[in-house]
Amino acid sequence: MVLATRSDREPSLPRTLWGSTIGKKAVMAVSGLIMLGYLVAHVAGNLKVFFGPEEFNGYAHWLRTIGAPVLHDEWMLWIVRVVLLASIVAHAVSAYQLSRRDIKARPVKYAHKRARASYATRTMRWGGVIIGLFVVWHLLDLTTLTVNPNAQPGRPYENVVATFSTWYGNVIYIVAMLAVGLHVRHGFWSAAQTLGAGNAARDRLLKTLANGLALALTAGFIAVPVAVMTGLVS
Amino acid sequence: MRLTLRVWRQRDAGAPGAMTTYEVDGISADMSFLEMLDTLNERLILDGEDPVAFDHDCREGICGACSLVINGDAHGPERTTTCQLHMRSFADGDTIDIEPWRAAAFPVVKDLVVDRSSFDRIIQSGGYISVPTGSAPEAHATPVPKADADHAFENAECIGCGACVAACPNGSAMLFTAAKVNHLNVLPQGAPERESRVLDMVATMDAEGFGGCTLAGECATACPKGIPLPSIAAMNKEWLRATRKGRRS
Repeated sequence: MVLATRSDREPSLPRTLWGSTIGKKAVMAVSGLIMLGYLVAHVAGNLKVFFGPEEFNGYAHWLRTIGAPVLHDEWMLWIVRVVLLASIVAHAVSAYQLSRRDIKARPVKYAHKRARASYATRTMRWGGVIIGLFVVWHLLDLTTLTVNPNAQPGRPYENVVATFSTWYGNVIYIVAMLAVGLHVRHGFWSAAQTLGAGNAARDRLLKTLANGLALALTAGFIAVPVAVMTGLVS
Repeated sequence: MRLTLRVWRQRDAGAPGAMTTYEVDGISADMSFLEMLDTLNERLILDGEDPVAFDHDCREGICGACSLVINGDAHGPERTTTCQLHMRSFADGDTIDIEPWRAAAFPVVKDLVVDRSSFDRIIQSGGYISVPTGSAPEAHATPVPKADADHAFENAECIGCGACVAACPNGSAMLFTAAKVNHLNVLPQGAPERESRVLDMVATMDAEGFGGCTLAGECATACPKGIPLPSIAAMNKEWLRATRKGRRS
């Protein structure tokens, strides 16, 4: 008689992560936190617009030379871009797959309708799509300058002012930044829970941090179009 | 009290169902919700109609058999089980919507009865400890810190009713699985299977077709036993730890 023995090897760590709802959510949490970290640096950089064109354009130029002379011109920029692109893809693909699963998990809806979750939580999916579309426009506007009304390479200050001198530029930007705020409000706290950092004692701290980050990011980003509209930045 | 009930009627798992309206009269505010349904059923039987099928057992709020989504809330407006919900929570003339738990992993058997054996399979995959049975061990042989004991008891209160799944916008069983995992994983008795327990129970939960967690928090609000939402974060922590360490049993 042969005893049954376990010969099945354990699946690899990436396979275990990607094959589980908790693992996929952890991928979403980590990629989301990477993008959140980038946004914090981004909003800080944006606010340099208040110190005038010279300083803002100088800062934009410095971004291309970070790491020099070890790194070649724009290498750091490309490293950041690759990391962000990987984060967006990981975040979006896991969000799509998990959402499909969530919808399939309740094939018959309740007849008695009511909102099941807070506004920020309910808008995570469509908010994410809005932010994704905004990023495409934002890159075409201020990175490739394809749709920028000014489109002067190396003059980001003038390009930013040109964009926020149009009504549609302001509308697209402000709507997207409100979506970012809502997304971060639920996303940051949710990521902390997913990565196991949440507990009863820390809950208030994490919620405050999430709300604070959301508010600071939204206010910081929206400050620029508001400044252009009011003529503070021109 | 006179009430209008809109009840989900479905002959069997394969048949299409629909919300059916019934009027009930002579309901006392002291009746439990299930006694109110008993009153309806007695009348339906006398009229030669098929009574409304619903799950119930102890009617003391401890067995987890009763279910029912009442006006969109799992177990109704009070934070308790349906059997412990009383008609004083409603007003004369109210219209009450009564539906079964809705989840792909909880298929409807008949009317308001759903098949919750997916929960049993989650338990079977790791909700136990492997010890020889026999006489009870000496109670002081395994000391447990007070904080751990409290944490284990808090999670052990889960009666497996499935309200968390019914309330979740994604039909997720994370709160149930978290309660069961944490209950055993914080205790020394559960330590030998700490990694395999969380890995296997989560794998079974996923395989049963429950949705994922989006931290909406509806589960913990609906839970009649007050299993707290941070239990999910605690299970996530256990799961991530187990994927790093690998299974030991």
